Amino acid sequence: MAAPKKTVAKESGQEKAGSPPELSNEQELKALRDMLLIRRFEEKAGQLYGMGAIGGFCHLYIGQEAVVVGMQMALKLGDQVITGYRDHGHMLACGMEAKGVMAELTGRRGGYSKGKGGSMHMFSLEKHFYGGHGIVGAQVSLGTGLAFANRYRGNDSVSVTYFGDGAANQGQVYESFNMAELWKLPVIYVIENNRYAMGTSVSRASAQQDFSKRGASFNIPGKQVDGMDVRAVKAAADEAVAWCRGGNGPIILEMQTYRYRGHSMSDPAKYRTREEVEKVRHDQDPIEQVRNRLLAAGSSEQDLKAIDAEVREIVNESADFAQHDPEPDPSELYTDVYR
Amino acid sequence: MPIQVLMPALSPTMEKGNLAKWLKKEGETIKSGDVIAEIETDKATMEVEATDEGTLGKILIPEGTADVAVNTPIATILADGESAADLAKAPAAPAPPKAEAAPAEAKAEAPAPKPAAAPAAPAAVAPLDPEVPEGTEMVTQTIREALRDAMAEEMRRDQDVFIMGEEVAEYQGAYKVTQGLLQEFGARRVIDTPITEHGFAGVGIGAAMAGLKPIVEFMTWNFAMQAMDQIINSAGKTLYMSGGQMGCSIVFRGPNGAAARVAAQHSQDYAAWYSQIPGLKVIAPYSAADYKGLLKAAIRDPNPVIFLENEVLYGHTGEVPKLADFIVPIGKAKIARPGKDVTIVSWAMGMSYALKAAEELAKEGIEAEVVDLRTIRPMDTETIINSVKKTGRAVTVEEGWQQSGVGAEVAARIMEQAFDYLDAPVARVSGKDVPMPYAANLEKLALPSVAEVVAAAKAVSYR
Repeated sequence: MAAPKKTVAKESGQEKAGSPPELSNEQELKALRDMLLIRRFEEKAGQLYGMGAIGGFCHLYIGQEAVVVGMQMALKLGDQVITGYRDHGHMLACGMEAKGVMAELTGRRGGYSKGKGGSMHMFSLEKHFYGGHGIVGAQVSLGTGLAFANRYRGNDSVSVTYFGDGAANQGQVYESFNMAELWKLPVIYVIENNRYAMGTSVSRASAQQDFSKRGASFNIPGKQVDGMDVRAVKAAADEAVAWCRGGNGPIILEMQTYRYRGHSMSDPAKYRTREEVEKVRHDQDPIEQVRNRLLAAGSSEQDLKAIDAEVREIVNESADFAQHDPEPDPSELYTDVYR
Repeated sequence: MPIQVLMPALSPTMEKGNLAKWLKKEGETIKSGDVIAEIETDKATMEVEATDEGTLGKILIPEGTADVAVNTPIATILADGESAADLAKAPAAPAPPKAEAAPAEAKAEAPAPKPAAAPAAPAAVAPLDPEVPEGTEMVTQTIREALRDAMAEEMRRDQDVFIMGEEVAEYQGAYKVTQGLLQEFGARRVIDTPITEHGFAGVGIGAAMAGLKPIVEFMTWNFAMQAMDQIINSAGKTLYMSGGQMGCSIVFRGPNGAAARVAAQHSQDYAAWYSQIPGLKVIAPYSAADYKGLLKAAIRDPNPVIFLENEVLYGHTGEVPKLADFIVPIGKAKIARPGKDVTIVSWAMGMSYALKAAEELAKEGIEAEVVDLRTIRPMDTETIINSVKKTGRAVTVEEGWQQSGVGAEVAARIMEQAFDYLDAPVARVSGKDVPMPYAANLEKLALPSVAEVVAAAKAVSYR
């Protein structure tokens, strides 16, 4: 099998300078709404965690919203999504219900996993969301397997496999890269580089800090993308999806993003300065970018407030449900071990 | 004196092979390094090179001879100045290798000096097997063939079943278990992977999550330790973590346990390891029929299944029912030999010691009942307990280690559920508490022996 020309990789350097293609007004509004939903949801989850309603680990996605929202805009029904444990945003972007996600966080029977999975382990076959995986890097082989199934079945679905800059140093990532390129599997590896693997900065953990080059020795093309700009994400996603659907094999998108909150709720926050976080929030916030563009293009504050109100209602409803839904019946302890 | 050329071994577990072809004739001059013959097994073909110089004196085993035992003289080479008349001086066939000097107490126990890795073929089990209707025609097959047939039948039946692993396709299987599958099913469904256990286990599990039914072959289970996170955390737990929404129908299979003379890193029994995990099923068969019927059941099972095979048994033959669709249910033990005096619980390779020990015990008037667990998880406790209630005594036999082993689990269940029926504490015969040594004598000592099983059965019988 001759490797097709890596046109995407070639273009990457040139495109970086210019500003990304504009979205339609409708797309901008949807992006705003979807990103707001994730942000408000995560803020609420943080509150509930502080109240003790959510236990264990809870990894918030605040700051990174443009990545999943922009990616999702390029997908069609049947495309699969899989990620690690910072997964709430991915699920909401996939169209999973806020109620079901929040109730899983509180460990209630109405949660997506009946309360047995928790924050890091949720799934929806209906929405083609394959988890929600707690072991750093494991989802990369699994996502490659989803792509394998697409290839086996001869359909044109694409597996979107998310992982972070931390997981990018795991061995199985490269085992997967090798097989994906060898077998030309339709998988988009989305590396969400939020600059910190838990408390370790990229510069302290990674010899090659340009993650778009991590597939180079396997001939997998890659591209660095401004992951704070939903337009740039959507444009890169469109290209990557076309690349995969065209039978060209895998592709890597390094999303340069930032998480505002700690790694998990119990984060000492000693590894970076408050000023660094504030600067990104002020200069690059993905939601503010869209809001400003919409206002400049003629949307009224009133219109945008209505979106905010709709989102807040969904989130409040989910929080209410998640706190009042009963815990799983004790008989559930022994179910779902085998089928 | 003429030099003897002996039948060589292609692998540590080879016991016999076929002499396919002679490439030199009697009377031909031979130089060191000349290929003089071709030998083959069901696994591979090998050229026999001369290591000595001279003239090919006499061919002792004609070409086309099947089942020539390793170390049988196959020809003689005459040195310079020797003639056919000297052939009579050739030494007789060497005696079978004797067990090396062992510590005195072990030596006293040692049974016949047969190598530990060469147990007799499993006895035909059909009459005792509830899965086989009476009067069923049986075919004699190697376990390797039984496994291959099981996979081929299931692949014909279900397009979602495929096999992936190292050397499973073009090489026809590192142990030739997948022989012919590539030819029948093509490269889409019989997939050679790179040497990348962690990665391809994860890829297989991902494909299973998407609804396919992969068979993932590990060249041996020793290499699957690199894939253990995926097997346990991804395959074993996802159904539960998803509240029953997303499962994983997948079979991981390959040779497990001690082979022969491959030392510590390649000789380990994983039955206890995987059997600890709720969410996994663990199968470790012994007879050819069970190998086939249980592998078919495993492929159809909607859960992740660990299928532990044994390299030493691959070439052994047994009776397999000639049925269109022969399935052995997962989770059912069987009485491999009925008896009333003592229960011997074993599985997989342990059964070879257990069955031979039962024969020995019978000569001394002790009727042992041998329970073949076949499935380790879910464990058929009922069959064990019913037998112990009858005999009042129990011995477990395994090649794995004792601590936290399957035998320990069996003993605990007997203690919990049949304590009042026991006339003696349960005895465990197991692999010794050491990494597997390489030296032949030490390896033999590290494994269980028939004598140890006999001694344990007598001890619990106070005889």
